[in-house]
Amino acid sequence: MALSRIRNFSIIAHIDHGKSTLADRILQVTKTVADRDMREQLLDSMDLERERGITIKAQAVRVLFRASDDRVYELNLIDTPGHVDFTYEVSRSLAACEGALLVVDAAQGLEAQTLANAYLAIENDLDIVPVVNKIDLPAADPDGVSAELAELIGDAPENVLRISAKTGQGIEAVLQAVVDHISPPDGDPQAPPRALIFDSSYDQYRGVLAFVRMVDGGFHKGDKVCAMAQGTRFDVEELGFFSPGMRPAKHLSAGEVGYIVTGLKDVSQLRVGDTLTLSRDGAAEPLPGYKEVKPMVFAGLFPTDSDQYPELRDALEKLKLNDAALSYEPETSQALGFGFRCGFLGLLHMDIVRERLEREYDLDLLVTAPNVAYRVQDVKEDWHEVHNPAQMPASGDVLSTEEPYVRASLIAPKEFVGPLMELTQDRRGEFGHMEYLSEERVQLVYDIPLAEVVLDYYDQLKSRSRGYASFDYDMIGFREGKLVKVDVLLAGEQVDSLSLITHRDNAYKQGKALVEALRERIPRQMFEVAIQAAIGSRVIARETVKAKRKDVLAKCYGGDVSRKRKLLEKQKKGKKRMKQVGNIEVPQEAFLAVLDLNRDGGNGGGG
Amino acid sequence: MAAAEHLYLHVPFCGHRCGYCDFVTVTGSGELHGRYVDALIRELRGAPARPATIFVGGGTPSLLDDALLARLLAALPACDELTVECNPETITPAKAQVLVEGGVTRVSLGAQSFQPQLLATLERRATPDRVVQAVATLRRAGVTNLNLDLMFGVPGQTPHDLAADLDQASSLEPEHISYYELEAKPGTRFTHRHGAELERQAEALEDHYETVVATLRERGYHWYETANFCREGRQARHNLGYWEGRDYLGLGVGAVSTIGLERRRNRPSLRAYLDAVEAGQAPPAEIELLSPAERGSERLMLGLRLDRPMPLDGLEWLIDPRQLERMAGAGMLAREPGGIRLSERGRFMANDVVSTLLR
Repeated sequence: MALSRIRNFSIIAHIDHGKSTLADRILQVTKTVADRDMREQLLDSMDLERERGITIKAQAVRVLFRASDDRVYELNLIDTPGHVDFTYEVSRSLAACEGALLVVDAAQGLEAQTLANAYLAIENDLDIVPVVNKIDLPAADPDGVSAELAELIGDAPENVLRISAKTGQGIEAVLQAVVDHISPPDGDPQAPPRALIFDSSYDQYRGVLAFVRMVDGGFHKGDKVCAMAQGTRFDVEELGFFSPGMRPAKHLSAGEVGYIVTGLKDVSQLRVGDTLTLSRDGAAEPLPGYKEVKPMVFAGLFPTDSDQYPELRDALEKLKLNDAALSYEPETSQALGFGFRCGFLGLLHMDIVRERLEREYDLDLLVTAPNVAYRVQDVKEDWHEVHNPAQMPASGDVLSTEEPYVRASLIAPKEFVGPLMELTQDRRGEFGHMEYLSEERVQLVYDIPLAEVVLDYYDQLKSRSRGYASFDYDMIGFREGKLVKVDVLLAGEQVDSLSLITHRDNAYKQGKALVEALRERIPRQMFEVAIQAAIGSRVIARETVKAKRKDVLAKCYGGDVSRKRKLLEKQKKGKKRMKQVGNIEVPQEAFLAVLDLNRDGGNGGGG
Repeated sequence: MAAAEHLYLHVPFCGHRCGYCDFVTVTGSGELHGRYVDALIRELRGAPARPATIFVGGGTPSLLDDALLARLLAALPACDELTVECNPETITPAKAQVLVEGGVTRVSLGAQSFQPQLLATLERRATPDRVVQAVATLRRAGVTNLNLDLMFGVPGQTPHDLAADLDQASSLEPEHISYYELEAKPGTRFTHRHGAELERQAEALEDHYETVVATLRERGYHWYETANFCREGRQARHNLGYWEGRDYLGLGVGAVSTIGLERRRNRPSLRAYLDAVEAGQAPPAEIELLSPAERGSERLMLGLRLDRPMPLDGLEWLIDPRQLERMAGAGMLAREPGGIRLSERGRFMANDVVSTLLR
């Protein structure tokens, strides 16, 4: 197809603002999918994503649309991940497009995430088609939201499309706007081929599948190809596009979007953002924008049943095939036995990995409280990266410490500005600037340590804004911080997996909160449990769980032996779920106590 | 079935069903008493000719009228210990006479408490006076081995109530006292009604239990089983059979037998029981086949309730040796020539200790 008849675009929307529904309608209106085959939210292929209402892996779907000029256009819809943890993946998906639909819920208005992605789109020079969705809702305010949206992108409110993806109202107009307002791709079909990898996935039969945007030139089946940044080489076993199922093609040419079957066995060999070209007579320069995404949040994953260690290792290996951002290395803990220290992009990424391990691999896992990556300078002035509080050297051996910071963007109705500023300052946030997006809504920008975000910032944000605030962040690098390691001792025995690294000013408060949280989670048992928090050898907080004095079956005669035996078996099972630390039995949730510091409910994760 | 040394007969009738009770009981149905006793006697034909002990429990066996009770007792084989469970309000001089003349060597009297408000909470019909009176009547008739059933953990019970119960019980000088913590079983009307209070008092029960053990010991009772106390030599021999893990045969509706690895639980329907036995058939029952590990675990669970060494012959494989070592090191149990025995602290924590020991 001629470049002038191709449009590549994605949909930018906050979770629940209707991205998937709109995508479904586009497939329906263009007859890409017969009505009877329509499955709700076809693009979200994993159950987990479906349940969480989020999309992890981008895919691209090609549809054909007859526009008002009676010509048929090839529209490639590139789906983007919808969460802060995957900002880099989003940026690469956007780089594969010339335009984006910016979709905002008519009842909810702009959210921080939408804004962040909209800015990403603007930075990528994308043509933006503003869309207000869900105009059928009783609480919809299409005029107000259109004005906000127009203001954001510098357009006129009347140019904002008003649709309901649910009822199908306005979908044709959206497609026409894609043709009219989004530029066709402008690559050079004659140049040596260059294709941007904007996503990849692993299929157990076919190996790694790369989703690419051909920028220049073209690829054919059988081409010998190489990824320029990583140097990975492979043969194009098959190529084609999705519509919505896999459709093999003879070639992919400049401007088109499609997939390549690589036969590679590991997604980490083919990183998002890398450029594919021919192994011989390839392009001289890669496409701009490649960077290696590094995990910033770390947690220990341990099988509850130590016999499951090999299964956990196999499961991580398999997940890693499909998730280049996941890292793991073996870890041994005196309390928890053998497990892995895993690195994640963020909390949501961590939650997703844990759930997949538990659900798809049927593992019973204990996940320690997450921490960020720290940089530590030892007395020889050498810098080390620390991914685990247990690796943190004693304070006498440390010259200085650094922790990662993020630039956080918060959007909230103006009445919450006070509480949010107070919260963010309390969490060591450094004020950047404040901006009124409209008369009602304000954006705050802060630099804040990622450690605070990982701890409980997001939950607090939601609770202090009664759920109205939205939040997004970008990594901005390491900064110096006065950090100390707080250790926890149970009945005198140090439990490495409960150690935490915290800012010196917070150590006392956090140590106290931690031992209190542990006291609530460690049941009374055969022996008294002394719970202490200490910096080095100095105890900073202490709690005690008194020993239980009675645990007997009141009576037991011939008539109810079976029932009593079953009670005992149940108790035995309960014990097996506990971890033994010396003479003490510690339930798994106690190891998550660090997560609950200052927290008033909620179960982790960002949003 | 192989001959069991211990025979249990269940008499399900009660004047009233107490809220906390989850035994197989039947109220009303007075017209069925005679048919039921006949059925029991018929079932007795298959019972061992010379058991060591017989226990007639319920329900309320003493609710049977004197003639019926006498007929049942007369049909029992000879044995070394014959216990009948009685409720205080059913004890008359005539009834006591029937018991003694029927060869009963031991009476177990359901007192539960001497505090009127606690008896009301338990929906017991007897008043404290009736308990005292029943003991006197039984003694006069010549009952020389008497057990009182008592309970702590009744919702609303204060330490003062408990001390008073202990005083009144010991002043009656029974040879044996069973002191149970009220077990609020899920699904009973009682648990439904008193759940919140039971939850609230959970920690006070630790004090109660310690008080019970300490007080009764002071007053010359041996704490020979988790919930049972006796004067020297007055252990309940029938119940020792359960705790020592021996076989037992249960007759009557809802009764349970355990012979070897087979546990037979007669179904709780009175009508079905009567119809089957009168037709010359075995009572309808569900059979549970125990694995050697299950039967072994039960033996440990039961045997460690006793204040004596529990022989481990043939049970070692069920025990985690590291945990045995740990529990011994922590003073929860002692290894003695005759087996293992829980320490005093271990006995208070028996569930925890036993579930730790089991592999």
